Amino acid sequence: MPNHHIVQAFDAELETLDALIAQMGFMAQKQQEKALNCFLAHDKEAAKKVRDDDEKLDACERHINAHATQIFARRQPVAADLRTVVASFKIAGDLERIGDHAKNMAKRTKRVGDIPILAEVSGSLRKISRLVETMISDVIKAFTSRDAGLALAVLDQDEAVDLLHKCLISDLLSHMKTDTASIAAGTEILFAVKNIERIGDHATNIAEQVYYIVTGRQADEGDGAA
Amino acid sequence: MTNTPIRSPLSASAVAGLKKRYRSESLYRRLGLGAICASLGFLAFLLASILQQGGGAFFKTEIRFDITAEAQMDAEGDAFILLRTTLRNSLQGANTRAARRQAYALAGADAEEQLQAILNGTQSTGATPGDPMPFSIWLSASDEVDFAVKSGLVNLMETDAQNIGQTRLTTTQLNWLAKLESDGEIRTPFNLGFLTNGDSRDAERAGLGGAIMGSLFTLMLCFVTSFFVGVMAAVYLEEFAPKNLFTAFLEVNINNLASVPSIIFGLLGLAIFLNMFGMPRSSSLVGGMVLALMTLPTVIIASRVSLQSVPPSIREAALALGATRIQAVFHHVVPLALPGMLTGAILGMARALGETAPLLMIGMVAFIADPPSSVLDPAAALPVQVFLWSDSPERAFAEKTSGAILVLILFLILMNGAAIMLRKKFEKKW
Amino acid sequence: MVNPMNLQSHSPMPTGITGFPIAAGASTEVAQNIRITAKDVSVSYGDLRALKSIDLDIAENRVTALIGPSGCGKSTFLRCINRMNDLIPSCQVSGEIKLSGHDIYGPEVDVEVLRRHVGMVFQKPNPFPKTIYDNVAYGPRIHGLAGSKGELDAIVEKSLKRAGLFDEVKDRLDRLGTSLSGGQQQRLCIARAIAIEPEVILMDEPCSALDPIATAKIEELIDELKQRYTIVIVTHSMQQAARVSDYTAYFHLGELVERGDTNRIFTSPQHAKTEAYISGRIG
Repeated sequence: MPNHHIVQAFDAELETLDALIAQMGFMAQKQQEKALNCFLAHDKEAAKKVRDDDEKLDACERHINAHATQIFARRQPVAADLRTVVASFKIAGDLERIGDHAKNMAKRTKRVGDIPILAEVSGSLRKISRLVETMISDVIKAFTSRDAGLALAVLDQDEAVDLLHKCLISDLLSHMKTDTASIAAGTEILFAVKNIERIGDHATNIAEQVYYIVTGRQADEGDGAA
Repeated sequence: MTNTPIRSPLSASAVAGLKKRYRSESLYRRLGLGAICASLGFLAFLLASILQQGGGAFFKTEIRFDITAEAQMDAEGDAFILLRTTLRNSLQGANTRAARRQAYALAGADAEEQLQAILNGTQSTGATPGDPMPFSIWLSASDEVDFAVKSGLVNLMETDAQNIGQTRLTTTQLNWLAKLESDGEIRTPFNLGFLTNGDSRDAERAGLGGAIMGSLFTLMLCFVTSFFVGVMAAVYLEEFAPKNLFTAFLEVNINNLASVPSIIFGLLGLAIFLNMFGMPRSSSLVGGMVLALMTLPTVIIASRVSLQSVPPSIREAALALGATRIQAVFHHVVPLALPGMLTGAILGMARALGETAPLLMIGMVAFIADPPSSVLDPAAALPVQVFLWSDSPERAFAEKTSGAILVLILFLILMNGAAIMLRKKFEKKW
Repeated sequence: MVNPMNLQSHSPMPTGITGFPIAAGASTEVAQNIRITAKDVSVSYGDLRALKSIDLDIAENRVTALIGPSGCGKSTFLRCINRMNDLIPSCQVSGEIKLSGHDIYGPEVDVEVLRRHVGMVFQKPNPFPKTIYDNVAYGPRIHGLAGSKGELDAIVEKSLKRAGLFDEVKDRLDRLGTSLSGGQQQRLCIARAIAIEPEVILMDEPCSALDPIATAKIEELIDELKQRYTIVIVTHSMQQAARVSDYTAYFHLGELVERGDTNRIFTSPQHAKTEAYISGRIG
């Protein structure tokens, strides 16, 4: 299929939409990375920065929505274009939620404090966070390159995240059972883990959207359908 | 936003060569106007000269004579004697033999017939042959008198008159006429006979009646034949005929026929209608058929163009409703094309009306004194009549010729007017 | 007419065949009766092959849109269904088209009878330059559908009502059909087509000469008409195909590239050519 529309402005608009989403995805991923870093390092200044930066993500989502709406109004997209524009709304929404979860985690920084339990799970925390960050960057890559295979790979990664998440929870619970003084901080960490797991879910949602954009089918319909 | 100033002033001088283009444009416009003026001028000159020459043909000169009871008694019912007596008595000095002859020469060839009609009682004067009553009557004058009166020569001396008008009237005759005119005994009423009489060797009696009737018969026949044959041929060629080599050949031939010299059609008519079928010579029937042959290509071409101009969507609409080809054509296409077909046919008729050459070939050039009463009677046609009269030596026929041309032109104007009216009336818009 | 094609008694059609792949999960479409079946239909104009082996089923009481770039053969296919192509001498049709089970190119078929069952509406509104009444009454008259003036009046009124035009013209049925506005003229043409109670109505770009409001009215009308008639519409406007049709078939260079549920064609076409065409890419 030729990649260029007869109306070149339409191409430019779709490219802009792609670029906006890629940029927002990058921002969301960075937010998550920074949030985890400040969470682990009890860096309240950085945490505040993360919280403030969330506003930028929100603005980015609004921008994407407005742009996609304009494309609808002016170009009446169909087929792959239609799927792209429709999915853009959802992807922007998911990215915005990722930003919210990162902000949420950053908020917990001041309440966690420097406690031993954190040091013990920090390794696992970093691991699950890195996984989730990869998922975000992969899914954005899948989106920009319209790579259904990569999107499916992201879906698979989510299982690893879930597994890690479960282990972390049970680790934390057992910690908290033995050391009741750590319950308050542990709960905060528990929530942070939950945040990261939710971010993974959003990345999964985005991967489903990407799969839909590329193939026209929902990911759960199975990939074998001709 | 700031307004960017227009980079160059909006005048012609700003663009290279624009003034030159304007100049040549106005030159062309003037040339076109000049061409139209020139052609209008020629037309006006032609019409004016014909009108000036032929206008008089629609009027005839009449002289009033008092017919006394004594003269009627003497004549004993013989118009010839009565006319001569009356002329002798009415004109002073018609005593000598030469003068008498000059007096007799004033009366037109049909004056005697006029009188005879009265004497026979066919024209009521209130008198009976047995009991003559004096009466006065307007008798038509001879063609020389007619010419002199219309040219205003009656008051002149013979020599002057002869110099000016080349009249053959003598001084005596001119004096009589001057006296009659001053007494109000000369009038020039509308000459109905010019339109109703048949042809005659006598100019004052000759009329276009035969030619008009002949032309009407001929044209009617020509119209009926060429229109129906032409329309059907056009409908077949345009709507039903397969587009193949044969129809292409036909089309080329029809287009060629339209430009074949008309005399060829005359020869064709002579060979086929007269020699082969033995149809009556000089008749409007043959004339009409020959002219129909001649106009047929024109009618076919005009009809085809007119059929082509009916949008194909109309045909498709009818066919898509389940109409047959014939239904589609005759319910929808032909009615829409009819105004155009009629216009084409009438313009073809107008050409046929003015056609002389083919009629010459089939003998419609003969001298025919009686207006035809059917298509089988020998007849003349208007253009042929013009041709015949223009050949006549008598000067009065020059006037008649121009008059006949005027009548012909009038018919042409009427036919073209009818064509325009038909088009306007039946034209459908969509 | 000799041996008219008996199209009115519909032979029972096997149900459960749609001929259309139903978009998985997206369609609740119940299997439809097939009104027209085209099998291996090829059309050529002289040496030019305009259609190449088309297989297409058209569902009863549904709107099927034929889309594709100019010269793709969609109009040619449409005109095969009522044999309007017969008018073009060089046009050769092979293959089989069945209307309610009857081969319309069969030797015993009268095209006039076929066209009484398959009506057509053209690109440019083409009312006859006659009165509105006569326009609608023409078809019933030539087919002898009305026994009396009263019956004819009833047919005209019913047809104009179904075409959504009656209220606008009821006081001026004696006015020229050509005096109406473009959109009204097109609805008059639709009324004219349905006056002979066809089973199928073919529409060849019926809105291309109309403004958006008139177009919307026609589209609304198409939606109503499909209750009674099977409609096949050729359109250059993909948006229109998306709006009015239940099924869409995409033609390209004389081939049927893809056909299917309109919803699916316009969200996720399966063929790259279809995708390129409907999304306005250079193809």
